[in-house]
Amino acid sequence: MQFRNHRVVGDIVDLASRYCEEGADELVFYDITASPDGRTVDRSWVDRVAAVIDIPFCVAGGIRSVADAEDVLNKGADKISVNSPALESPSLIDDLARRFGSQCVVLGVDSREVSGTYHVYQYTGDPEKTVAVERNTVEWIREGQERGIGEVVLNCMNQDGVRQGYDNEQLRLVREGCSVPLIASGGAGAMEHFADTFRLADVDGALAASVFHSAEINIGELKSFLVDQDIHIRTV
Amino acid sequence: MPGGTIAIIDSGGANIASLLYAFERLGARAGLTTDPGEIRGASRVVLPGVGAARDAMDRLRDQGLVDVIRNLTQPVLGICLGMQLLADASEEDDVDCLGIVPGTAQRLASSAGCPVPNMGWCSITKTGRHDVLRSTQDGSYFYFLHSYALPVSNCTIATAVHAEPFSAVVQKDNFVAAQFHPERSSQNGARLLSRFVGIER
Repeated sequence: MQFRNHRVVGDIVDLASRYCEEGADELVFYDITASPDGRTVDRSWVDRVAAVIDIPFCVAGGIRSVADAEDVLNKGADKISVNSPALESPSLIDDLARRFGSQCVVLGVDSREVSGTYHVYQYTGDPEKTVAVERNTVEWIREGQERGIGEVVLNCMNQDGVRQGYDNEQLRLVREGCSVPLIASGGAGAMEHFADTFRLADVDGALAASVFHSAEINIGELKSFLVDQDIHIRTV
Repeated sequence: MPGGTIAIIDSGGANIASLLYAFERLGARAGLTTDPGEIRGASRVVLPGVGAARDAMDRLRDQGLVDVIRNLTQPVLGICLGMQLLADASEEDDVDCLGIVPGTAQRLASSAGCPVPNMGWCSITKTGRHDVLRSTQDGSYFYFLHSYALPVSNCTIATAVHAEPFSAVVQKDNFVAAQFHPERSSQNGARLLSRFVGIER
């Protein structure tokens, strides 16, 4: 699958409410087609989401300026995540951190191993436009921290959509140079995969989409499982 | 509270929307204002705040709200930066604040595994009694997003730990303040807010 043939998963407000009730700690809303099309997200839904959910949420996709970010934050989002626009213009990170504080600014990174090193990819929302950037993943995340990001979501493309577990080798490597919260993304297929990434890669959070959308994994049951595994997480 | 209104002081900065929605979900009437008359006349007052301490104090001063807030006698709830504004001062920009709650907001200690800003869910330990915490169980999780905090003092009624303990909730007379965001703290936050507005859930 790996970002192809996106499935419509139902009304996002209903979905957001369901995840809140199940005990999710945070929600991230991606419009992964926003950057390749050169357009921004239709943001009317941000208000509707903010009105019903009572946990923090982050909006990712199409945030290209301080004004874009301000719009999203004013509508009730807690964080904004930048990916392709930050690669085009890294000083966007400085501007966002200065204006809203590091705690609002998340760096989304799509990364894949190419002959032994990890490289950043851009415009991953559209397979036709996805390109490798001349950037080393570890270096880019170091630069992001210097510019003021408050969190990293590392999407490991080799694992994404294949449900074989998170790329803990890559996450552990990135963890060494990442002093801000690091969120694992890409590869979750079973509850054990969540336990593994907390244990093996020392991440601060684990993100998943398809296993929750399809209701294969219930977040409440997952959290009970993790507590039984002695992993320190929020209990409701 | 039934029939009363909640005045949310517009201290600038983004993210007021989520607070308004939180009160709406409780069925409480809350409005954003900088009007001294509306603030004095409200049955409950909330002082939120996101951003830097000096900017927020400048705005309160420009709007003539410093003495208005100091003289409030109804229940007042400070949230996040709003909590720090109620203190004597903040180390952030080295700024004098409202001087209602004793103490100076200090930069959080950092250590391996505890970066600053502190962003995420932390459990709190109750150290004092107050009506606003009556429905809150010891060890409950709340959502924090901050770089500064008030040290533990005799006004502290709940603590949290980020490298070192700090004040999660403080109380002085009719003023109570939380370092976390109750509007983003799921059911635990809703319980605290409903205690504050006097709506039983």
